[in-house]
Amino acid sequence: MRPLTSGSPQRPAAVPALVFTGVSKRFPDGTVALAGVDLEVGSGEFVSVVGPSGCGKSTLLRIAAGLTDPTDGSVSVSTDHIGYVFQDPTLLPWRSVQANVELPGELRHLPKDERRRRADNAIKLVGLDEFARHRPRTLSGGMRMRVSLARSLTLQPELFLLDEPFGTLDEITRQRLNDELLQLFVSQRFAALFVTHSVTEAIYLSTQVIALSARPGRVLGQFEVPFDYPRAPELRFDPEFTRIAARVSACLREAGP
Amino acid sequence: MSTTSRRSQVARWGWRWGAPAVVAGLVIGVWYTVSYRLLTEDTRFLVPPPDAVVRVGFLDPVNRAELLNGLLLSARVGTLGLVTAAVVGICLAILMSQARWVEDSVFPYLVLLQATPILALVPLYGFWFGYGFTTRVLVCFLISLFPIVANTLFGLRSVDREHHDLFTLHGAGRITRLWKLQLPSALPSIFTGLRIAAGLSVVGAIVGDFFFRQGEAGMGVLIDYYRARLQSEQLFAAVILSAAFGLAVFMLFGTLARKVVGGWHESGRDSTPT
Repeated sequence: MRPLTSGSPQRPAAVPALVFTGVSKRFPDGTVALAGVDLEVGSGEFVSVVGPSGCGKSTLLRIAAGLTDPTDGSVSVSTDHIGYVFQDPTLLPWRSVQANVELPGELRHLPKDERRRRADNAIKLVGLDEFARHRPRTLSGGMRMRVSLARSLTLQPELFLLDEPFGTLDEITRQRLNDELLQLFVSQRFAALFVTHSVTEAIYLSTQVIALSARPGRVLGQFEVPFDYPRAPELRFDPEFTRIAARVSACLREAGP
Repeated sequence: MSTTSRRSQVARWGWRWGAPAVVAGLVIGVWYTVSYRLLTEDTRFLVPPPDAVVRVGFLDPVNRAELLNGLLLSARVGTLGLVTAAVVGICLAILMSQARWVEDSVFPYLVLLQATPILALVPLYGFWFGYGFTTRVLVCFLISLFPIVANTLFGLRSVDREHHDLFTLHGAGRITRLWKLQLPSALPSIFTGLRIAAGLSVVGAIVGDFFFRQGEAGMGVLIDYYRARLQSEQLFAAVILSAAFGLAVFMLFGTLARKVVGGWHESGRDSTPT
């Protein structure tokens, strides 16, 4: 594992958190969502998958989480501490923020004190202590997403799967949550597979960006992102950042729709 | 609180109660006009004036006791039928949501039951179970069963896929999923079903009663009795009391829904059309 304060992204020596080998997915209705996808998320790495809508990105994550099986190929996950953040916050509207965040621990039969303690910590981490007793409907979209993040943090995930979690938020909230997510990444040391359709977001967050083609999804290219953590918002205007963004965009464009 | 907001609150309150009060006043006015202007003394029994209805139907102690006893019986019948239908209906919907074959084998018959005019069946039930309390409850039970089953099942089935994924991800079993996810998210639908069923149960308790000449007199029996004897003041009083009872049941379920799901679901709010 990397030291906590470390800067440069390095290839992990340990067992990778997630490996896809030739993964394909065909649905019963005949549509092919993924065609022979290879990818690897090393422990402590942040990998983003970027691609157009409907390229099977969500399917990729569902397969990684074991929610659905691949038709072909193999998946290996080195941990069962998986955090999953859905596209929508998927909070239970009848539960308070606190009770929502406690849910995974409850379903995993953690003792009451333990799950309460973990939920308190997670809620503090995303800065919502004051709202612990609120119902989701009284919160803004960004706050709901924070609750969703807190919920997946309670089981101390070693692999974090995020399915376009900030896609529906406004740009300002989205950038703020990007920074919060990076803070969590630096402090919690999980491996992450992050799905998005924003090239900028992918590069800003990741150690590695994977470009996926339109349906059926295939890997078009992999791009290393050599910036240190913690990253500052100004990084988005760095010439090197722009160069990488240009290459990723070109790669996506060439594949065409 | 500022004066403007207080003034607007008063205005809202005035509108909320004032507008229906004006309509009520108009209705009573028309009622009096019909009684005294359009009808002669010989035909006035067709539409007795409101004060006569109140005097004869509600203020006369003997008549009042008769009416209230009838209402009490009908209320007991309706409530028992509704409660039984709620318990059976919700359990049935849960079973259906858990096993497709239960739904496939039972649902068509529920539809058939729903499609058969209940009044056509009442005489038959009378043959089998006698024209007593049990049959009256059975009528209310049967008439209110379908909306409860259908709405509960719909609620249990319409849980988001992502919510299901969340529970699958953390290894939740069937019972946990039902108890912590499906039933709570079905609550608004269950209340919708209960509210519809409650209305039907009141109808069942009163209309089904027309067939029951023997035994204690419920609302329906009384209404038929007043009609046959041209006691129109009491007939009007019985109709008004039935309407008030139906309204009270409707409002009870509205309040109940607001208390239980109003904190997190739109259906429990005031503004929802019902």
